[in-house]
Amino acid sequence: MLTIKNLHASVDGTPILRGINLEVKAGEVHAIMGPNGSGKSTLASVLAGREEYEVTEGEVIFQGKDLLDMAPEDRAREGVFLAFQYPVEIPGVSSTNFLRTALNQVREYRGQEPLDAVKFLSLMKEKMKLVEIDQKLLSRSLNEGFSGGEKKRNEIFQMAMLEPTLSILDETDSGLDIDALRIVSNGVNQLKSDKNATIVVTHYQRLLDYIVPDYVHVLYKGRIVKSGTKELALELEEKGYDWIKEEVDSAAV
Amino acid sequence: MSTLTTQDTFEALLESAPQNFSELRAAGKAIYHSLGLPAAKEEEYKFTAITKKLEKTISDFRAASPFSISENQIKESLFKGFDGHVLVFSNGKFLPELSQSIEGIEISTLDIEVAEVGSIAKAEKDVFAALNQASFAGGISIKVPKKVQVEKPILLLSFNQANEGQVIIPRYWIEVGDFAEVTFMDQSIALGESPYFVNKVVEVKGGINSQINYFRLQDEGNQVLEVSNIETDVQADARFTSVNISVSGDMVRNNLSLNLLGSNCEGNMYGIYLLNGKSHVDNHTNVDHTIPHAESNELYKGIFDGQSRGVFNGKIFVRQDAQKTNAFQQNNNVLLSEDAIVNTKPQLEIWADDVKCSHGCTVGQLDEEALFYLQARGIDKTLAKGLLLYAFVGEVLEKIEDESFKNHVVELIQKRLGSKF
Repeated sequence: MLTIKNLHASVDGTPILRGINLEVKAGEVHAIMGPNGSGKSTLASVLAGREEYEVTEGEVIFQGKDLLDMAPEDRAREGVFLAFQYPVEIPGVSSTNFLRTALNQVREYRGQEPLDAVKFLSLMKEKMKLVEIDQKLLSRSLNEGFSGGEKKRNEIFQMAMLEPTLSILDETDSGLDIDALRIVSNGVNQLKSDKNATIVVTHYQRLLDYIVPDYVHVLYKGRIVKSGTKELALELEEKGYDWIKEEVDSAAV
Repeated sequence: MSTLTTQDTFEALLESAPQNFSELRAAGKAIYHSLGLPAAKEEEYKFTAITKKLEKTISDFRAASPFSISENQIKESLFKGFDGHVLVFSNGKFLPELSQSIEGIEISTLDIEVAEVGSIAKAEKDVFAALNQASFAGGISIKVPKKVQVEKPILLLSFNQANEGQVIIPRYWIEVGDFAEVTFMDQSIALGESPYFVNKVVEVKGGINSQINYFRLQDEGNQVLEVSNIETDVQADARFTSVNISVSGDMVRNNLSLNLLGSNCEGNMYGIYLLNGKSHVDNHTNVDHTIPHAESNELYKGIFDGQSRGVFNGKIFVRQDAQKTNAFQQNNNVLLSEDAIVNTKPQLEIWADDVKCSHGCTVGQLDEEALFYLQARGIDKTLAKGLLLYAFVGEVLEKIEDESFKNHVVELIQKRLGSKF
């Protein structure tokens, strides 16, 4: 589904990603872990098409198409979804209006009829249950005044509405209490199928107790330096990242 | 080229002024001569070089004659869903024969002398008010009696066209009795492409506990030069709300002044600038808190594209006696291009010590992070921009209490922003 080859990206001339290779197949969950500043969020942002990152080398093929060649909105319409680390508050734009606009733009791209108000609302009600989100929240401006947990829940709710093929969760667990984490993870798990895939970007292993990955990759200094299964995450939890840093840094010398 | 600083420019206009209101006109003329047109660096017109602009654009400084307007033209000008009374003006002259009479309301041309004309928008405050006072022709007087609730809005619909003369001098005298309620809409339609100069004065004398809305749409076109002075006296327990929407104009200066004269009254000033090209709009507002326990709210939002320029100057004056005043002011601007300019200046003078006053001015760009967020959900970039900008001005649109006017403005704005939602 997704093939990343030798991906290099920089910000304001500073290289952040220095040759990422990754293959994600339908039905899989990949966890990207790594110490702060290793490039995890950059990878998520580059995949979603954030403009301030400049791809200097490499390619990303998503379902046979060159992902890097597409505008952010087209990536979303093709089925890439980024759950933001810091969801943006947008005063004056109601969550419902926003979501209906987004959904209908995606549907139009896919050659589907737009949803009328009634169908949209009933779909919304159904998906709201997934992340136990309150309708009152959705009648307010997008993310405005939402708590951290509400924002993250809203991200997963949007994901449920847009039904992406590839979901990238950028630090979705950070700052969540256990209840919220359980709700969010539960939502993600219910959306999983053998047709879609998930990339979970996280600093902590904790999330992986709830969303069980098939593969775990460790990112350090802009490269994937180690890959394994969920056991690798447990090892990292226990021993921290220092041993990997040492391994890599000494090999480089 | 004429030189305006010598004051000769408008002499022909002053010479040919009507004979009525002779004392008032003489006083206006004297003040006009003593003040003179704003010089290049004059503080009040610092960012709006109207004198230079007039010099460059207008070649004939006589009054534009009224022209005939057909019923059809009026009908076609009304915005969708409009349900109200229409008062028609041609180059500033009120045309009773094309206007509807409104039951219980006294409407006449300003041929008959209304003694209080000039008592609210005082000539000495602004040279253009003085010029108007000396030279206006065929304005209107509207009197809403005590306790009358005018259920439908009154549209002041002006048709402007300058082929021979180029100065249009509207003058409205509006009196709203105690406990009366009325909504005005003020809109001008330009016929033809020739530039002209509108020098307008609107005086509103509100009674105690009256409720007055003045909604104004400035979308005449980019050939228009205009200076307007709108001033109102707000008495005890009364409320006056102005909403001013500017979407075009070569150079437009709006002076809006609210005199809060009775306790527990409320004065609201809201506005939107949505400009592109080389449009220049300057909103100078002034609220004068003279008594305790009054409230003023002000919110102007601007979106500037191309080489457009916006000026905001918000004066709040709280006199020593005006304790327990609540005065809020905000002006937020978004610049969409490198060449757009905003000059914004809050100006607070507070002499009372027990008041709540706040002000804030911001100038920024479109929030790139918010834009990316919307795009990342599949929303087209142009539509996403439109959505964000529309949300930005939404707070002001909410203040428009008339649905048809609001819908019309919303449609205009959405069209301008290149998207519908």
